[in-house]
Amino acid sequence: MKIHEYQAKDLFTAYGIAIPPSKLVVNPLQAYEASAELGGDLLIVKAQIHAGGRGKAGGVKPAKSAEEAARLAEEMFGKVLVTHQTGPAGKQVKKVLLSQGIDIQKEYYLAILIDRNTKRPAIMASTEGGVDIEQVAAEQPEKIIIVNTHHGAELSPFTAREIAFGLGFSGKQVGKCVKLIQNLYRLFVEKDCSLIEINPLALTGDGDLVPVDAKVTFDDNGLYRHSDIRKLRDYDEEEPLETMARHYGVDYVKLDGRIGCMVNGAGLAMATMDLIKLYGGEPANFLDIKGGANKQNVVNAFKLLTADPAVEAVLINIFGGIVRCDMVAAGILEAMKEVDVKAPIVVRIEGTNAEEGRKLLLDSSHDFVVAENLDDAAQKVVAALPGGDA
Amino acid sequence: MSILVDRNTKVVVQGITGKEGQFHTRQCIEYGTRVVAGVTPGKGGQKMDDVPVFNTVAEAVDATGANTSMIFVPPVFAPDAVLEAAAAGLQLAVVITDGIPAMEMVRVLAQIADSELRVIGPNCPGAISPGQAKVGIMPGHIHQPGRVGVISRSGTLTYEVVAQLTAAGIGQSTCIGIGGDMLIGTDFIDCLALFEQDDETDAVMMIGEIGGEAEERAAQFIKQNMQKPVAAFIAGLSAPPGKRMGHAGAIISGGKGTAKAKLEALKAANVAVVENPAKIGQTMFNVLQK
Repeated sequence: MKIHEYQAKDLFTAYGIAIPPSKLVVNPLQAYEASAELGGDLLIVKAQIHAGGRGKAGGVKPAKSAEEAARLAEEMFGKVLVTHQTGPAGKQVKKVLLSQGIDIQKEYYLAILIDRNTKRPAIMASTEGGVDIEQVAAEQPEKIIIVNTHHGAELSPFTAREIAFGLGFSGKQVGKCVKLIQNLYRLFVEKDCSLIEINPLALTGDGDLVPVDAKVTFDDNGLYRHSDIRKLRDYDEEEPLETMARHYGVDYVKLDGRIGCMVNGAGLAMATMDLIKLYGGEPANFLDIKGGANKQNVVNAFKLLTADPAVEAVLINIFGGIVRCDMVAAGILEAMKEVDVKAPIVVRIEGTNAEEGRKLLLDSSHDFVVAENLDDAAQKVVAALPGGDA
Repeated sequence: MSILVDRNTKVVVQGITGKEGQFHTRQCIEYGTRVVAGVTPGKGGQKMDDVPVFNTVAEAVDATGANTSMIFVPPVFAPDAVLEAAAAGLQLAVVITDGIPAMEMVRVLAQIADSELRVIGPNCPGAISPGQAKVGIMPGHIHQPGRVGVISRSGTLTYEVVAQLTAAGIGQSTCIGIGGDMLIGTDFIDCLALFEQDDETDAVMMIGEIGGEAEERAAQFIKQNMQKPVAAFIAGLSAPPGKRMGHAGAIISGGKGTAKAKLEALKAANVAVVENPAKIGQTMFNVLQK
């Protein structure tokens, strides 16, 4: 689960990490009041959307006065930002963070993440902050320090010191860096984060280390034990169909194509999308009805899938194992009583009770295209698209 | 021989009295697996069909000589179940449970590091050596005894692949679903090494997916250590970056974990890479003809 920068910074504050004074605003009036309260001769106006690359898209702007900040914020509200992470549709700005500018002497990069390889958390840092860290990793890998931690909620100071010295800190800054990393680590472990990233982390003229930006994402599997974190979910930032899918207990991801897919199992769902693409089509979604799916899941999943106006043809691919194909077929027919689907539907069902499932579909009053196998199914659904090619 | 599970596998099912535990225990027994015990704290002394239920794994091991656990307990209790399996001296735990927080797996895997226990999963379909033993939730009937090993991060995609292999007349020595989570107990390299040593395995089919760098590291291992031929498919060529595709571990983040990068690494390691998921069986057939 992703959260906004302002929410991440609130968590930082709760964990004893100082951030620049800032205020969240949701309308122009608030922007004028808040910028006047913050004051100072440098304010940063930051659009709050769930995507990186805001700066380049015009979503982060400096202002030299409170009036200028308020005016920039007013312009930002309602604007659609398109970054490399938003997709071509972009994201509309509904919230803006106004933040006091700070005296930045040098910019660093600091992150905590889960290292799949060592099966432990890792702290990653670089003296090359404020720039695209992926580029640093590709071009100057020697400028990135990675230190694996041990399990447990507390981080031993020596681990944090490795980072502090690695970044070239000395004197009082070592202690400040260690404290910062320990606090971040406590947040990471206690709240089941999957990533904490600060880019840039600023060294100020006063010798303090201050997060200028903050990105925190959470492990979905850990959300059950953090009601406070669950409340941070911003439904405005999510695809409405994806929100509905979570409610229905299925995994759904909206994509840009015209072929709707319903599959059991995440790997098979991805492979089905890949095959559609191989035959010149574009999937409209990823949809996994999951292993333990019952008839109601199938009904809901089918309705969800066909609720997407972009869907012009449907491919249902079920490899029955634990999930019975006749149950899936019955679910599809049940759903079709409630929703009127005009798009052609190609069905490939294999495995447990496949014969019974196929018979149910073929004997119904609907025109299903029944495919022989996976290859056949993908070709048939691409051919079934109105207007031929994808 | 086969790997990990075989005729000598004696299974204790942790969470045997739950709905899933009961269903899959019966399926495993029907397949011929020796399920010797079940564990549900507080239900010791009862029976699930003919299988005796114990309060603790240690009691189950003492009474029945179980050497492998199959874990169905919910995510909240699963970490403890794995630790209990390790403490009881078991060699293998197949963790079917989906939804265990990554930080819990960090803790559990660190705590069992010095024990005898190998963990497969979590969030996996388990392992099967066709004709010998099935310790997992895969449909047994699609498998056929033979000499190709299968390793996969997926569930139903593995069934698809196995069905294609069987349809092409290619039997399997052992099929392992290693799990779709970020942190798993047994990875591609562990299984590749076991298959390389197994004299009843001639070739290996590897099914990867987007996310992480396990396939890239496997490619490196294959290049340096494998004599036996390997074929591979990677799911998610069409997946967008930054979106989790069902599995907790299936996400392209920070430009890392793309299917393309994985395919290239595998090609460079001389692995027979297949891009059409409907042609996986055919690809392995061609590999075996060489």
